Formats: sequence, C-alpha cells, structure tokens
Amino acid sequence: MKKLFFMLLALPTLAIASGAGVHLDHAPINLNDQESLQRGARVFVNYCLNCHSAGYMRYNRMQDIGLTEAQIKDNLLYAADKPGALMHVAMRTADAKAWFGAPPPDLSVITRSRGPDWVYTYLRSFYRDDSRPTGWNNTVFDKVGMPHVMQELQGHLAPVYRTEKSEDGKEHHVIDRFELVKPGKYTQAEYDALVGDLTNYLNWMGEPAKGDRMRIGLFVLLFLSVFYVVAFYLKKEFWKDVH
Amino acid sequence: MQKLLNWVDERFPLTSSYKAHLSEYFAPKNFNFWYFFGSLALLVLVVQILTGIFLTMHYKPDAALAFASVEYIMRDVEFGWMIRYIHSTGASMFFVVVYLHMFRGLIYGSYRQPRELIWIFGVTIYLVLMGEAFMGYLLPWGQMSYWGAQVIINLFAAVPFIGNDLSEWIRGDYVIGDATLNRFFAFHVIALPMVLLGLVVAHLVALHEVGSNNPDGVEIKKLKGPDGHPLDGIPFHPYYTVKDILGTVVFLIVFAAIVFFAPEMGGYFLEANNFIPADSLKTPEHIAPVWYFTPYYAILRAIPPILGSQFPGVAAMGVAVLIFFALPWLDKSPVKSIRYRGPKFKIALGVFVITFIGLGILGVLPATPLYTLISQILSVLYFAFFLLMPWYTKNDTTKPVPERVTQ
Repeated sequence: MKKLFFMLLALPTLAIASGAGVHLDHAPINLNDQESLQRGARVFVNYCLNCHSAGYMRYNRMQDIGLTEAQIKDNLLYAADKPGALMHVAMRTADAKAWFGAPPPDLSVITRSRGPDWVYTYLRSFYRDDSRPTGWNNTVFDKVGMPHVMQELQGHLAPVYRTEKSEDGKEHHVIDRFELVKPGKYTQAEYDALVGDLTNYLNWMGEPAKGDRMRIGLFVLLFLSVFYVVAFYLKKEFWKDVH
Repeated sequence: MQKLLNWVDERFPLTSSYKAHLSEYFAPKNFNFWYFFGSLALLVLVVQILTGIFLTMHYKPDAALAFASVEYIMRDVEFGWMIRYIHSTGASMFFVVVYLHMFRGLIYGSYRQPRELIWIFGVTIYLVLMGEAFMGYLLPWGQMSYWGAQVIINLFAAVPFIGNDLSEWIRGDYVIGDATLNRFFAFHVIALPMVLLGLVVAHLVALHEVGSNNPDGVEIKKLKGPDGHPLDGIPFHPYYTVKDILGTVVFLIVFAAIVFFAPEMGGYFLEANNFIPADSLKTPEHIAPVWYFTPYYAILRAIPPILGSQFPGVAAMGVAVLIFFALPWLDKSPVKSIRYRGPKFKIALGVFVITFIGLGILGVLPATPLYTLISQILSVLYFAFFLLMPWYTKNDTTKPVPERVTQ
C-alpha cells in the first residue's frame, strides 16, 4: 500500500511523458444541427452499439434531437424491444474480454471523459498494423484493442515509415504519412463528415440536458440581473440615513 | 397576532432572540466588500443541504450502482442535472467563499482577542468542510473519486506503527470498495453535516456574544450613545439584511453562470476522469486532488521522505492546516487591522497570499524537479508566515488607531 502511495505521487510525471504530443483535430460540434445529430445516431446504432453500450441513455431520449417515437422504434431499435429501454448490448462481458482484451467501454459519457476532439480524431486514425491481433492500430490510442469497425467505409490506411535519428544517435522508425491501400465506400472527406456527425451525436448523448441547461440559464441570469437592480435600490433606500 | 406572539414568548424566547440576533444586533456600519462572505458561506451551506437532500432521494450508495445512479440523476430525474450541478458547483464555491472569509479575518485581525473562539470554531468548520468535501467526492464513484480517495486514505498509512491498520480501519476493507463508499455516504449526508451545523451555530453565538470586528479593527462597543447602542453600530436587520441581499444576488449571478454555462469549470469543478466509472485495476494517468486541496497536496509532495517514510510530508500537510488554530496567539501586533499595521506585516501577508495560490497551482502540476524545488521554497514561506509572526508583528511600525470607525 505504501508503495502504491509513492507511485501515485510520482504519477503526474508519467502522465506528461505518455499523454502529450498527439495532435487532435477539432471536432465539428453543433448541438443545434438536428440532421447531423440524427445521422450520427444512425451511425452510432449501426456501428458502435453492437459492442459498446450506452447504458445510461434511453432510446426514446432521441426524441430530443427531432426523432419521433415511431421513427426510433422502426429504425433504431435493434437491441431492445421498448423505446424506453436503456442502450445495452447483448455481448457478455466475459466474451468481450476474451475477444478484445478488455470489455469495450460504455459510451454514454465518452465525450465528457475523453473530449469530443479526441473521439473525432481517434475514429479517423486507424491504420493497418499486422503486428496487432486485430490487424489494426491507432495513432491516437497505441495498441488499441478495437479493430477498425468502419473500415468498409473509410478503406484501409497503411503507414509509410521514415527513419529518424534521436539525440543519442539511435535510429528508429516513425510514421511519416498514410497511404490508402484499399479504398472504402466513402472518400476521405465523406468519411470525415460521417465521423463528425457521429462525434456530434456522442457529444449530445454525453449530456442530453445541455440544451435545456443553456436555455434555462439565460432566463436565470436575466432574472438575477433585474433582481440586482431592485436589490441595489432597496439597499440604497435603507442606507440613506447611515453616515 | 400580538396575543399569539405573547403566548409564544412566555414559552420560547422568540422576540428576544429576534432582537438579540437581528433587529438589535448592532454591527459596525463600515463593513466593506470582504464582509459578504460570512453570510454567503451560510447561504451555500443551506444550498448544499437542500440539493443534497434531493440527490439522496435518487442516489444509490452501492459500488455497483453509484455511478449509474448519478447518470440517472443527470438524465432521467426531472431537473436532476440542475440539482447535481448546483451541488457540485456549491462544493467548490463553498471553498471559494470560505477562503475569502478567512482572508478577511487575516487582513482585519478578526481572530484577535476577544474573538479567539470565533476563529477556533471557524477553523474547525474549515476542517470539517474538508472532510465533508473529500467524502462527498467519493460518492459519484468515478475514477477520480476512487483514486483520489485512494491517495488520501493512504496518507494515513504513512503514520508510524499503526498506519496500515489505521488506513484499513478507515476503508473498512483492504482496498477502497463498497464498505468505504457506504461509510463515506453516511458521514457525508448525516454525520459531518450535523457537526457542521453545530459548529456554525457555535461560530455565530460566539460572534454575537462579542460583536463583529470591522475594517478598522476598533471595538464599537467602547463608545455608546445615550440609548445604550454603539455609536458606530447599526442594527443587522434591516441594514445588513438588505445589503447582504445585494451581495447574494451578485454571488448568485456568478454561481448561476457556472452551473448553467460551465459546470465542469474546465475540469476543476468536475474532472474529466470522473466520467469514467471507478476501476480498481486501472490507475488514471494523472491524479490531482480537487483544486481546493491542492495547496496542501503541494506541501505534501514537497517534503522529501525521511528514512524511507513519507510521514514527514503527511505531518507537514496536517500541520499546515492545523497551524491556523494558533493564529490568535502568534499575532503580537498592538493593532488588528491591516489599515494601521506596518510594512512588515503587509509584506508577510502579501507573500503568504502568493505562496498559498502558488502552492495551489503547483498542486495540480506534475512533480518535476523544478516544480518540486519551487514547492519546497513556497512550503518554507508558508510556515514562515506563521512561525515568524510573533517577531514581525511585534517589531512592526504601526499607525495610531482612531477612536471611531472611518468610512
């Protein structure tokens, strides 16, 4: 236990050593773009929800992004029978562990822990790597257990290495760029747009009440501003005889 | 109505209490900006208790259910997100307000004779509040909750001889688990709030016994008018109630701006890692305590282990908090308020403020050799502020204190 404690004290140093340096692209987040959110919801249900749950999210909450209950029921409800159900997956945790090394994380609040930019970049950073059991690796998440689920859409990217000399004179390979070795159904721009929609949806799902929050917040601040004026003159009136 | 009031007054000191604490409690008329934070702390306490009651209705103190129940509150409970954000923002704002309230005490010498007990009750409130915040932070059962608690409870393991048994006794298990969560819940929702309320009452009773200090540090009770009321005093109600309403509105504007537009406050009020459920097998890359603990965390990290024991760091951290209790007896200045003190105290206080904020910033930064060195220097300065106080307050050049308060 004591050892663990020392380790924890040293940890922030390790964090800097391992976490920094990865460039993240800016995710196109727009909570008011309902069409984008709906497209993202469809991608999410079709591609993510087979392995990843969103166990705190109910299907019928998607009414908030402009879908009707009937639309949800007819088009998006594969893994559950009631629109009020939570977005669970059928895959058992033990199986998931055996297949991927670790159970795929729940995605309900993934943008709140990772940030939308990370998710957006991560989903566009898979590349072929035959040293990995899945045949896939990721520049944002090295040695990731997840295969490239949307490979048929993006196609296969393979890294082109270049050799770099570090300060101590040792040579090592670094990824220079990627080349498309097997085209997918989408162009890169189309794929980026699709992942943008998906990230937008994931970001919305992280906090579905955010729209309400901002709207109500505006009224609260407006009310308090008016109340301030009242309180100001009330104080002034009471205090006019204090010298 | 009057008959009813008489009936009550014969059985309960209603009118006399109202007079003693509100309508005929005479407060100095020269309170300034710094005097808002006492009543604001009381307001935040009430807000925390009320929102806490509603959170308790939906929260499940169970390691298997806790994280999900918080998300349930955020999504499925009517206005649950608002209640939760008010509570999480309230926790941080409590410390903002308390730190400013304590700073007020420092600059105007509010801890000086005859207000030593008010100060002692206040520092105890601060201590209990730290415990309350720490235990509450475990309840969402995210990664930061879990690993933050792991680090803090392991501090107790550094105590010589009994350390391991002690930390195990606190956890109720060999690792942080369901037993820990359940007992922290019990402490957070009932034990510590009751202690807090009792201490707040004691703090206020003591204050109303001796009367409020003021920015000039003069005792207004020394000079009374023919009516027996202090010449420089005004009744708390209505004067300070209406003034505090104004302060409250400004505070609420800041509070609401955070709750509705930045509840995570850039990761300082709600940390990103806490949106990942607690996992005893996955240590997060970066563990930093919530911002209000970071000055002490920086002191902890600054002290090197002696003979392989981390205890000196832990002890230094403890002493850094407890040393506030000694303040009334460390200050030997003939005057209370900074307005009439000399340059030595002003420099010392200025350095202390920079030190405290500096340590707070260093507490969230990684422990690189440079940062550790700065932390060590600032830790020395932190303790120097207290330990050298008898010297620099006694030998300071002071200005004469006026008879009556100034505007």
